[in-house]
Amino acid sequence: MKKKKKRGGQLEYHLMMAPGMIFLIIFSFVPMFGIIMAFQDYSPAKGILGSDWVGFDNFTYMLQIPDSMKILRNTLVIAVGKIIFGTLVPIVFALLLNEIRLKWAKKSIQTIVYLPNFLSWAVLAAVFINMFDFHGPINNFLQALGHDPIMFLGSNDWFRSIIVSTDVWKGFGYGAIVYLAALTGIDPGQYEAASIDGANRFNKLVHVTLPGILPTIMLITALNLGNILNAGFDQIFALYNPIVYETGDVIDTYVYRVGLLGQQYSFATAIGLLKSVVACILILSANELSKKLTNMRIF
Amino acid sequence: MSMRSKTFGSRFADVCIWAILLLLTALCILPLLNMVSISFSDRVAAQANEVGLLPVNFNVSAYQVLLGDAQFWRSFMISVERVVLGTSLNLLLTVLLAYPLSKNKREFNARNIYMNLLIFAMLFSGGMIPAFLVVKELGLIDTIWALVLPGAVPIFNVILLMNFFKSIPASLEEAAIMDGATKLKVLFKVYLPISLPALATISLFSIVGHWNDYFSGLLYMNSVSNYPLQTYIQQLNIDATKITDVSQLKALASLSNQTLNAAKIVVSTIPVLLIYPFLQKYFTTGLVIGSVKE
Repeated sequence: MKKKKKRGGQLEYHLMMAPGMIFLIIFSFVPMFGIIMAFQDYSPAKGILGSDWVGFDNFTYMLQIPDSMKILRNTLVIAVGKIIFGTLVPIVFALLLNEIRLKWAKKSIQTIVYLPNFLSWAVLAAVFINMFDFHGPINNFLQALGHDPIMFLGSNDWFRSIIVSTDVWKGFGYGAIVYLAALTGIDPGQYEAASIDGANRFNKLVHVTLPGILPTIMLITALNLGNILNAGFDQIFALYNPIVYETGDVIDTYVYRVGLLGQQYSFATAIGLLKSVVACILILSANELSKKLTNMRIF
Repeated sequence: MSMRSKTFGSRFADVCIWAILLLLTALCILPLLNMVSISFSDRVAAQANEVGLLPVNFNVSAYQVLLGDAQFWRSFMISVERVVLGTSLNLLLTVLLAYPLSKNKREFNARNIYMNLLIFAMLFSGGMIPAFLVVKELGLIDTIWALVLPGAVPIFNVILLMNFFKSIPASLEEAAIMDGATKLKVLFKVYLPISLPALATISLFSIVGHWNDYFSGLLYMNSVSNYPLQTYIQQLNIDATKITDVSQLKALASLSNQTLNAAKIVVSTIPVLLIYPFLQKYFTTGLVIGSVKE
């Protein structure tokens, strides 16, 4: 009797899973089979089943062309920059905001700095193309200081810095939320004890606050490390132009340009496959790392 | 803290903290205000880059022209349609997946198999080209479904809601089952009403995600008239970024209608600004509670 009832429940669970799983099969798992294109010379006319097999030719070709080193370097430089500054700035901001006692001021600041995170890169690209324009506000400011204007978005010297800084600009407020939550979790007794020991504000920061949010910092950093091959497609694609391919072309933009626009389906799938494998390994290791370091994990 | 003695050092620190915070806040809002000011400015002043934080010769002519721009509104409505369809589907599938997954292995044998499949799908993908070919083979190109179906299951949201469901006391469910309720009824009558904050958080994430995405429009729409709003906006930027030398840049700057483009950008952000206050109420708690497990 009891067993029968349990089985009924199981079937209901499977039925509930079914609609979502059907979508996952079609749009996530079927494309995974498309990966075999990476080992073919895929031609749309012949289809996946009829195209010629070429083994690892697409991968060896990847190693031979100079573009590969360039896009790998760009991807890593941009991603590492984003990880470093995208971690530091939110922490510093959260620590500063935590010192504010005026409730309404704190709320207003938060409302404003969270906002950019909810705007699209299409819109923000328009905003930044205007700001960084040759005749735009930033160059006007530089000229007032006696500087020559700079063609920021058409300059290989500046492009990566602009990508990193605008990304930090967009996300630092939102990124600070987890740290602010961690800060409120610190036991006030620790601050009182530190005060009794004669600690000033700086001492408290170093000996109470920072150790208090360290697990959160490590968790977030570990998870960010898993993203090291994602330099941020939407942002770069919205901001770049042919002049800055040299420093701005990353794996995903290259796959789109060469693969879809250039119709080199097999070659681009091979690049995408390598990226997916490496990213998967990195994220799983990051998850394990954060479990070890902080006892927290995402999955 | 109120007993903190106000030494000179501490006061100085306060001044620095306020200064840095106000600077950061200003940096976040000023570029956006500049865009709003341009949209309300005189065309000539905008082209001469004379607009700062306040409009020059305030007028709404750009918005008047925008009202008659059929393609803009067509794209706007495609985005609205996408948000409604996409968010409803996301929400329904998230709820249906999260509930069985919130059960332990004893209650639902296959739970871990499904969970691993979901995590695998989240971490690993066939990449852009195979995904594109699947959508193409299904004949979805140039239809609204190409924007809605490929992202139908937001796996991260499923995990968020699953963790929320786990925190609901089992006794509530047992009581309902005693009264003869089916699992589906338990989900909709018991779980969902007490999960409103979590549901609000994930639906707002879905709304913003669908509204802001510009790339799938570019990928899956052949005809420009089918572009959703953000793709339409991104195409406006292309004129300004597809430059090969400085002289071309100058020529383009005088061609493009800056005030009209600015007005389009401002209008395209209004929906996000409208839901932002509701969003903020929930995401601070929703995000922290659901995302991390010990």
